[in-house]
Amino acid sequence: MCKIETRKREADAYWRWPEYHGIVPGRDWKDADILTGGIDVGSVSSKAVIMTDGEVYSWGILRTGSNSADSAKKVLDWTLEGTGLKPEKIASIVGTGYGRVNVPMANKAITEIACHAKGANHIWGPTVRTILDVGGQDVKAISCDETGRVTSFLMNDKCAAGTGRGMEVFADLLKIPIEEVGEVSLTVDEEPEPVSSTCVVFAKSEAVGLLYAGWSKEKVLAAYMRAMAIRMCELVKRIGVKKDFVITGGQSKNVGIVTRIESILGVKRLPVADWKETGLDPMAAGAIGAALFAEALYSKSLKQ
Amino acid sequence: MIIHYGYTNGSGEYYISIDTEKCNGCGKCIENCPQQALELGYVIVDLEEKLVATVSEKYRREIKYTCSPCKPENGKAPCVLVCDKDAISCTWRARRGNMTT
Repeated sequence: MCKIETRKREADAYWRWPEYHGIVPGRDWKDADILTGGIDVGSVSSKAVIMTDGEVYSWGILRTGSNSADSAKKVLDWTLEGTGLKPEKIASIVGTGYGRVNVPMANKAITEIACHAKGANHIWGPTVRTILDVGGQDVKAISCDETGRVTSFLMNDKCAAGTGRGMEVFADLLKIPIEEVGEVSLTVDEEPEPVSSTCVVFAKSEAVGLLYAGWSKEKVLAAYMRAMAIRMCELVKRIGVKKDFVITGGQSKNVGIVTRIESILGVKRLPVADWKETGLDPMAAGAIGAALFAEALYSKSLKQ
Repeated sequence: MIIHYGYTNGSGEYYISIDTEKCNGCGKCIENCPQQALELGYVIVDLEEKLVATVSEKYRREIKYTCSPCKPENGKAPCVLVCDKDAISCTWRARRGNMTT
């Protein structure tokens, strides 16, 4: 079992998901030829991964603060905590995500699209063709080939509909801890009609109206998740759903969203059952890809 | 790699798609865009950076309004017509009926 540490949350902050970091057992950075890092500063969460010869050694996830550079530093420190490894020892670091241009310790910045495809290819293997990444403030649909190279993609960052941040807003409104919203939404006897608004702000006021009308929290949550899942599926359908299909980002852990996406698309996503043991965390797919790019760039620089 | 710039919202779907393999960065589409919505930008292909046509960052979230004067629903916007590499295409579908949010 991997050593995972989680930070506690304040009692009434339902939206605050737990921050954690872990070290993969059986690997020692002292034995590694090449140490590389990937830092993915997202709009809501920051992820870092340290790799020893192209395999995940340790990883960490924190909430992004108001400053990208600070968040990058904090998440790297959080990922190195307990390893005895100093940041100077890392041969190459690639920054990615929304705040990628503000990762001071990065040797290079690469778009999160390329990193997600690379990361998904590493996590699930060469059969992955379609990736749905549900981030904190945007949703991306990516097609890739057997090497993890992007063949087409599209991104919706126009609004928060169907994103992690929208889910946080609903967790708070309904006073249900964010890690439980998925399970809770699946307890309804019958799937309700989706809320008609896809905009988070309108959906929130619509939800308040439904609660007043006597709907249970579970039913409101189910109606919201249904609408969000439909929205995400529209994006994936645009690039075409080819098997194997995977979901990355924070919402890959939301069983309520995942189940609904699978039923709408008629395709099961490939799960990652043992990410806590292997460090192949779908939420850190971008950071994993970034660390792989860092390794490729470093190896290339050695040859030149 | 085909990059779809644009979005789907309650009113329909609006995308300008650029194939970075076909695009050679000649810039003809940029010169011929009446809205000045296109520019050259770097994308990463196999660890190398390639200069290709992109939709300017500031127009990506309002593409429905920026590009509508060119009537992209006919598939014959100036950027599409001028490209001899067939690297640009557009998808423009307004949704009927449900026009809320």
